[in-house]
Amino acid sequence: MNKKISQNVNLQKKAAQIRRDIVDIVYRTSAGHIGGSLSETDILVALYYEVMKIDPKNPHWSERDRFILSKGHAIDAYYCVLADRGFFDKERLQTYSQFGSDFIGHPNRAIPGIEMNTGALGHGLSIGVGMAIAGKMDNKDYRVFVLMGDGELAEGSVWEAAMAAANYKLDNLVAIIDRNRLQITGKTEDVMALTPLEDKWKSFGWNVSVVDGHDIPSICNALSKENKIDGVPSLIIAETIKGKGISFMENNASWHHGVMNADQYKMACEELDKMLEVLS
Amino acid sequence: MNKIHNRQVVCETLIEIAKSDKDIVVLCSDSRGSASMKPFAEKYPERLIEIGIAEQNIVGVAAGLAHSGKKPFVASPACFLTTRSAEQIKVDVSYSNTNVKLLGISSGISYGALGMSHHSLQDIALLRAIPNIMIVVPADRFEAENMTRVLSEYKGPAYMRLGRNPVEDVYSSCDYGFELGRAVTLKEGDSLSILTFGETVKTALDAAELMEKEGIKCRVINMHTIKPIDEECIIKAAKETGAIMTIEEHSILSGFGAAVAEVVVQNCPVPMKIMGIPDEPAIPGKSKEVFAHYGISAENLCKEAEKLINIKKNGW
Repeated sequence: MNKKISQNVNLQKKAAQIRRDIVDIVYRTSAGHIGGSLSETDILVALYYEVMKIDPKNPHWSERDRFILSKGHAIDAYYCVLADRGFFDKERLQTYSQFGSDFIGHPNRAIPGIEMNTGALGHGLSIGVGMAIAGKMDNKDYRVFVLMGDGELAEGSVWEAAMAAANYKLDNLVAIIDRNRLQITGKTEDVMALTPLEDKWKSFGWNVSVVDGHDIPSICNALSKENKIDGVPSLIIAETIKGKGISFMENNASWHHGVMNADQYKMACEELDKMLEVLS
Repeated sequence: MNKIHNRQVVCETLIEIAKSDKDIVVLCSDSRGSASMKPFAEKYPERLIEIGIAEQNIVGVAAGLAHSGKKPFVASPACFLTTRSAEQIKVDVSYSNTNVKLLGISSGISYGALGMSHHSLQDIALLRAIPNIMIVVPADRFEAENMTRVLSEYKGPAYMRLGRNPVEDVYSSCDYGFELGRAVTLKEGDSLSILTFGETVKTALDAAELMEKEGIKCRVINMHTIKPIDEECIIKAAKETGAIMTIEEHSILSGFGAAVAEVVVQNCPVPMKIMGIPDEPAIPGKSKEVFAHYGISAENLCKEAEKLINIKKNGW
C-alpha cells in the first residue's frame, strides 16, 4: 500500500515537472498551445509512465502499444513527456518552433516515439481503428490509445470512426477525451453542445468511463486492461481543467494558445515550483 | 476486339498477388460491387474491410493499417474518395507517408448521366498539388494489370484512377516495358504530339490514324503516370514535333494539360491545345456523348490538330 502511495506521489511529481517543462518551452518560443497541454498532462503521464507498453530505446518495437495525439496542437506536453521518457535528448527541444526544426507545432514522424503526423482535427480515431484492426489481424496484443480534444468531437469523421470501432469489436482500442470544456472561442457547450457526451458514446457501442482527468491513479485504473470488455472499444472521458496547475490560466479560454509575459512566466514557475516542493 | 473493365483486371490481379502477399488488404465504402471487388471479398473475406459510406474514415483507417505493415488498397468512387477525404489524403497518407493505394473508381465522367456530384473532374488538380503521392491512370487491361503489380511493390502513397467503362485494348500484352513515371510513345510522328492517358488514349490513336490519311504524322504518347510527370518525354516531344495537344477526362483547369504546359513553357515553349472538360458542370450523358460534346472525338481532334499545325507554321 505504501509503495502504491509513493508511486502515486512520484507520478504527481512527474506531472508537475512536465508542466514546468511545458511552461519553459512555451515561454522560450512564444508559441504552442499551453491550455490544452496543461489539461492533458496527467493523462500523458498515466499513459507513458504507467500504462503503455513501450521501449523508448526501440520506438518501432513491433509489440509496443500505439499512441496517437489526435488533438495534435497540444504538442508541448507531448514533446516534454517524450523527452523525459528518453525518446530523444531533451536538448533537442531547444529548436522547438525554430526555422527548419523537426520540432514543429504539431506531431510528426521525424520525432522518435511519434507514430503519425497529426494536426488536422478529427483524424486520429480513424487511424487508431486501422492500427487496431491490423493488431487483430496479426494476433498481436498491443493496444492503441487515441487522445482527442472535446472541441474536436464536432468533426464528423470522429463519429465515422466511432461506428467502425464498435462494428469491428475493437477491444484493443482505447479513446480518451480531454474534456476540458473549452475551445478557442469559448465553452464547448456554447460553440457546439456535446452533452450528453457519455450517452452519445454509449449509443455508439463503446465501453464508457468518466474519470477525474487530473487524478492519475483513477486515469490508470480506467486505462488498465482489467477495465476492458471483450469485443467493445473503450472510451475514457477525462474531466479536466484547461490550463491546469497555473491559477491564472485555469478555465480561461484565452490561454488556448496564449503567450506569457515575463511576470506571468515568473508567477507560473513559482506556482509549479511550490507544488513540486510540496510533493517532495 | 476485347473490351474489358480495368477495375475487373485490378481485382483479379490483386487476388493473385494476395495469394503470396498476406499483407494485401482491400477497403471498400459500400463500393465492392461498383469497384468489381466482390471476387476478392469472396476469396479473402477476412482481408476485405468494409467501412460503409464514410470516405474520410476509410482513408484514415487505411493509413492506420499501412502504418502497421498492411498494404491497403482503398476502392471507392473517385468523386467521393478524392474530394470528401482530401484532408485525410493530404495528412494521413501523403504527409505521414503511409503506404496507401487509393483506387478511384468510376472516375472522370464515367457516371456521366448522374450529374456533377458524381463526376470526378477535379481529382488530378487536387492531388497534383499534394506532395508525395503518385497519380497513375491505366489505358487498358494490360496496363491496369502492370500498374496493380508494380504498385503492390511500390512503397508509398499512390492514386490509381479507374474509369467505369470497358475499354478497348491499346496494347497486345503486358510486355511493353511498363515503368512508373515513364511515358509510352505509342505512335511516332513529327507533325505534332498528342499526350493523353486513360480512356482517351484510344481516341487519340484513332485520331492519329485519320490524320495519317491527310499526311499529318501525329505522335501519340500515353502519359500513364501523371505525377511524377515524364518531363524528358514532354520536352522531347515539344522539340521534335513543335506542337502539343493534351487530352484529359478532367477539368481543363489545373489538371493534366496544365501539368504538361508547366514543363513546356519552362523548357521549350511550343503552341499547345488543352482538350478536356471546360470550367462548367459537365453536360450529362454517356461518356462517348459527353466527350463528343466537348470535342474529344477522333474527327474533331483532327481539326484541332490542323489548327495547331497552322499556328506552328504561321504563328498566332
